[in-house]
Amino acid sequence: MAEMPPAAGLYLHIPFCRSKCAYCDFYSMTDTSLIPRFVTALCNEINQYEEEFLEFDTIYLGGGTPSLLSLEEIESIMEAIWRAFTILPDAEITIEINPADRGRSELAELNDLGINRISIGVQSFDDRELLFMGRRHTAEQAAQTLEDAHGAGFVNIGLDLIYGLPDQTVRRWQSSLGEALRFDPSHLSCYELEIKPCTPLGRRLKRGDFASQNEDTQRDFFVRTSELLEEAGFVHYEVSNFARGMERASRHNQKYWDHTPYLGLGPSAHSFRGARRWWNHESLDDYLHALENGMLPKCGSETINRDELRMEALFLGLRTRKGIDMQQFKNRHGIDLMEIKGSELREWSRAGLIEIEGSHIRPTRSGMIVADALALF
Amino acid sequence: MENIRNFSIIAHIDHGKSTLADRLIQLTGVSDARTFRDQILDTMDIERERGITIKSQAISLPYRARDGKDYVLNLIDTPGHVDFSYEVSRSLASCEGVLLLIDASQGVQAQTLANLYLAMEHDLEIIPVINKIDLPSADIEWVLGQIESELGLDPAHHLACSAKEGIGIGDILEAIVQRIPPPTGSPGASLAALIFDAQYDLFRGTLIHCRVFDGTVKSGDTIRFMFNDSVYRVEEVGRFLLTREKRAQLSAGEVGYIIAGVKTVSSVSIGDTITMDEKPCPKPLPGFREIKPVVFASIYPISSDDYEDLAEAVEKYKLNDAAFLYEKDSSIALGQGFRCGFLGLLHMDIVQERLEREYGLSIMLSVPSVRFRFTLKDGDVLTVDNPSHYPGPMAIEKAEEPYIRAAMMLPDRYLGSVMNLCIEKRGTNSNLRYLSPGRVELIYEMPLAEVIYDFYDRFKSMTQGYGSFDYDLIDYRQSDLVLLDILVNGEKVDALSQIVHRERARARGVHACDRLKEEIPRQMYKIAIQGAIGDEIVSRSTISAFRKDVTAKCYGGDITRKRKLLEKQKMGKKRMKMIGSVSIPQSAFLAVLKSDTDS
Repeated sequence: MAEMPPAAGLYLHIPFCRSKCAYCDFYSMTDTSLIPRFVTALCNEINQYEEEFLEFDTIYLGGGTPSLLSLEEIESIMEAIWRAFTILPDAEITIEINPADRGRSELAELNDLGINRISIGVQSFDDRELLFMGRRHTAEQAAQTLEDAHGAGFVNIGLDLIYGLPDQTVRRWQSSLGEALRFDPSHLSCYELEIKPCTPLGRRLKRGDFASQNEDTQRDFFVRTSELLEEAGFVHYEVSNFARGMERASRHNQKYWDHTPYLGLGPSAHSFRGARRWWNHESLDDYLHALENGMLPKCGSETINRDELRMEALFLGLRTRKGIDMQQFKNRHGIDLMEIKGSELREWSRAGLIEIEGSHIRPTRSGMIVADALALF
Repeated sequence: MENIRNFSIIAHIDHGKSTLADRLIQLTGVSDARTFRDQILDTMDIERERGITIKSQAISLPYRARDGKDYVLNLIDTPGHVDFSYEVSRSLASCEGVLLLIDASQGVQAQTLANLYLAMEHDLEIIPVINKIDLPSADIEWVLGQIESELGLDPAHHLACSAKEGIGIGDILEAIVQRIPPPTGSPGASLAALIFDAQYDLFRGTLIHCRVFDGTVKSGDTIRFMFNDSVYRVEEVGRFLLTREKRAQLSAGEVGYIIAGVKTVSSVSIGDTITMDEKPCPKPLPGFREIKPVVFASIYPISSDDYEDLAEAVEKYKLNDAAFLYEKDSSIALGQGFRCGFLGLLHMDIVQERLEREYGLSIMLSVPSVRFRFTLKDGDVLTVDNPSHYPGPMAIEKAEEPYIRAAMMLPDRYLGSVMNLCIEKRGTNSNLRYLSPGRVELIYEMPLAEVIYDFYDRFKSMTQGYGSFDYDLIDYRQSDLVLLDILVNGEKVDALSQIVHRERARARGVHACDRLKEEIPRQMYKIAIQGAIGDEIVSRSTISAFRKDVTAKCYGGDITRKRKLLEKQKMGKKRMKMIGSVSIPQSAFLAVLKSDTDS
C-alpha cells in the first residue's frame, strides 16, 4: 500500500433538462428557475471537500444537461473547482452537450475555460428515431453541433448513440453509425436502448404500442457495431465504448471500472474512495436543503467488504478490453483465478469468450456481451 | 372401560377434519385459548401448510356427557395420503368407531369412499357428519341422498355441523358417547397392545403410541415386541392430553404411550403387538405388515461442503421416521450423498422438504427408481434400486420388476381416459365393477416403475380430483429392461440415469431431453443433451448459448446497484449443481419424471 494513490476523478451532476427523454430514468428536473440556487449549492459542496480529495486528473460535467447552464454559471463552477482542488496539468475535462444548446462561439468559450473534451448527445441521425426517443433536436442540428465543435477547436470529441430501437433494422443503424463517422469523432459511446418500466417508453411498451427487439437481434446490433467501428479504426475498449486509439478513451470513466477514487457532486452523484462508497440525495430539494443548512447532501454510504470488492473488480474488469491482470488481481484480492477457476476459464477460452495471455484474461467481442454472466462464476 | 370411546375422523381432503378436531379439543376443555393453536393435531409446519396430516397423533379428551357421567374420548388422527395408507389402517384398527366427515357443498368424494371402505373393513361404527353447513352453497338434502345411495348408510343417523363456526359440536360429542361402542377386552388377560405410531423425543427416546386391547402395562414391566422378539423395560406409561400425562398404568381399552428406553423409532414397527415377556399373549393382533420403502432416490448436498451437515441431518431425521431408509452413496456427477428409500413420491417430497426446512440444507434428489431384480448368467440374483448398479446387458439372464395391484375409484365418465392411461402404463388384467350408478371401481396390475413415473399426477388431473387411487405390491414379473443414460455436454450424469422398459426407453429419452432443455438455463455456450442406451444415442436436444447481458452503462459511478443485482443472480446460481462446466438446477432432476401434461 506504499504506492502513491492515483489521481482521483471529479464528477458533477447537473440535474436539469429542458424536457425529459422518453427512455430516461435518471434524476433530472425541467424547472430551470432553480439553476442559480443549484450553482451556489454546488460551489458550496465543492468547498466542503477542499481538504479531503487532493488531486484530480479528470473532471466530468454530466447530467441532466450541463449545456443548459449559462457560460457564467459554468465558469463559476470551474473557478470553485480550481480554487478548492489541485487539478493536474494534463487533466481530461469533459462536458456533455445537447445538440442545439450551444453555438460555435460559445463552444469556443467552453474550450477557453479549460474544458478539453466534449461529449455530444446525438443519439441518432434519423429524425423519426429522435422523435420516438423524445429528443428535442434534429439530425441536422446534431451535425451542426459536431461541425461547430471542430470549429471551436475541440480535438477530443465524443458522441453518444443509441441502437436497438423497436423496428430499427441493423441496416438503418449502420447508416446512422456511418453518418456519425463522417464527423471524425475521437470517441463513440453506443448504448443499447433499454426500456425501463417507469419511463414513457416503458409505459408505451406495456400498452403494446410497439415490441422490443428480440435478444438475437440485439446481439446482432452489438456485434455489428463492434465490427464496423473496429474496421473504422476504433478500439472497442469497453462494452459500450469505442475510442480512436486508447489515448482517446475516456480516462474519467476508466476510474469507475478500476476502483480509482472518484468524487461525485450534485444530486444523486456517487463517490468512492478506499473501501467506502457514498452517494447524495437524489432529489434537488433535499440536496439544496442540506447544503443551504450547512450540511453535506449525503444520503447513504457503504463500506465494501473484500468479497464485494472482488466481485466488482471481476465484473467491471470483464467489461473492459483490458480485462483482468490475474497477478494484480491476486495481489489486491487474494485470489488466484487460474487456481480456483482454471477449468471454466479454459472452457470459455475454447468457446471464444475470453483470451488468456500470460497472466491476462481479456473478454473477446462475444465475451463482452455476456460480461455479467462471466463475472458470476 | 365402559367410559372409554376410541374414534378417528376420516374425510376427503379439505372437508374439515383438522378444524373439527380443534373444536372437539376446545369444547372438552383440554386446551385453553393460550395454548390453542389452530389445528392442534397437525404439529409440523409442512402439515399446516399443505393441510395434510403426515404423522398420526392421538389425544385423550375428558368429557362429561349429558347423562352426567365422565368419559374419556380418545381421538386418533390419521394421515391422509395413499403413501401412508398402512398407517391409516393401523390407526383405524385402534378404534371402535369413526366420524365420517362430508363437506356440505362438495358431497361424497373419492377419499370419503376409500376411507369408508377402510372403516368397514375394521367393522367400525360409522357416524356420518355433514360439515360446513354454514356455507351458502351447502346442500344438505343432496348430501343425504348421496349418503344413502353412494355410501349405503342410513341418512337418518347423520349429524350436521359447522366446525369452523362451532355449530353442532356438542351433538357430535354426545353421538360419540352413545353410538360408538366402548372397547372390549380384559385387563386381567395377557397384554396385547397395538402400536399405531412412534415418535422420537430428544430426552426420552422413542414414544410408542399404542392401543391396549387386553391386559395392563405399567412402569417396571418387561415388554416384548412380537415381530422381532426384542425386549424392553417400561420406564413410563401415560396418555396424551395436549402434553403427555404420566399415569400409573394403561389397561385394556385405553390409548396412550409407553416409554421403554427404545433408542430409535426404527426399532419399533407400526402395527406390531406389544406383550409381556413373561406371559405373552397367544398370537399377535391381526393385520401386521412390515413397512418397506418402494421408491428409491439419492440425496446430495448442492454444495459438497455441506455433506457432513447432510449426514447429520439425515441421521436425526431418521430418528423420527421409521419408513425412511438411507445408506451412503456417491455419484460421479454429484459427489457424495445418500441412497434413500421412501414409501412413495409424497413421502419423498416430504423428506426433501423437511431436510431443507428443518436443517437449512440445499439438497438435490436424483431420479427416483423402484427396486429391480436381475438374475445374472452366473446364477447370482441381484436387486438394484440404483441405476448406477445396473449390471450391464451382457451379464443379465433374466430381468424382473415389481408389479402392483392398483385399485381406483372414479366416476364412470372418466373411465375411458383412465383406462387409456393404464394401458399406456403397461397395465394388465383389468377388472371393472360398478359401485353405484355412475361410480366404478377399476383394478389394474401395473409395473410400479410406471406408477412412480407421472401416473398419479395424470390420474388426478384426468379425474379432476374425483378419483381415488390405492395400491398393493403384488409380485415381481419378468420384463425387458435397459439402462437409459443422460449426457449433458457429453458427460454422463449418473443421477439422471433410469432403468426402463425397452419399449419405453426411446420415448422416455426424448421426454428427458425436452424437459432438461426447459429446466437448464442457457449457459455461456451451446450444450447438447443426449439420451443413450449403451452407445446408441436415442434422443437429443440442444440448449443454445446464452446470448447477451443487458449492456447498460455503469453511469455516474453507481456501481453498488449493479453489484447488488449480480449478487442476487449469484445466489440463484448457488442453488444449482455444477456438472462439468454446466450448472443444473435442482428442478431438472425431478422434471425428468414429470409429464408434459402438467406444464
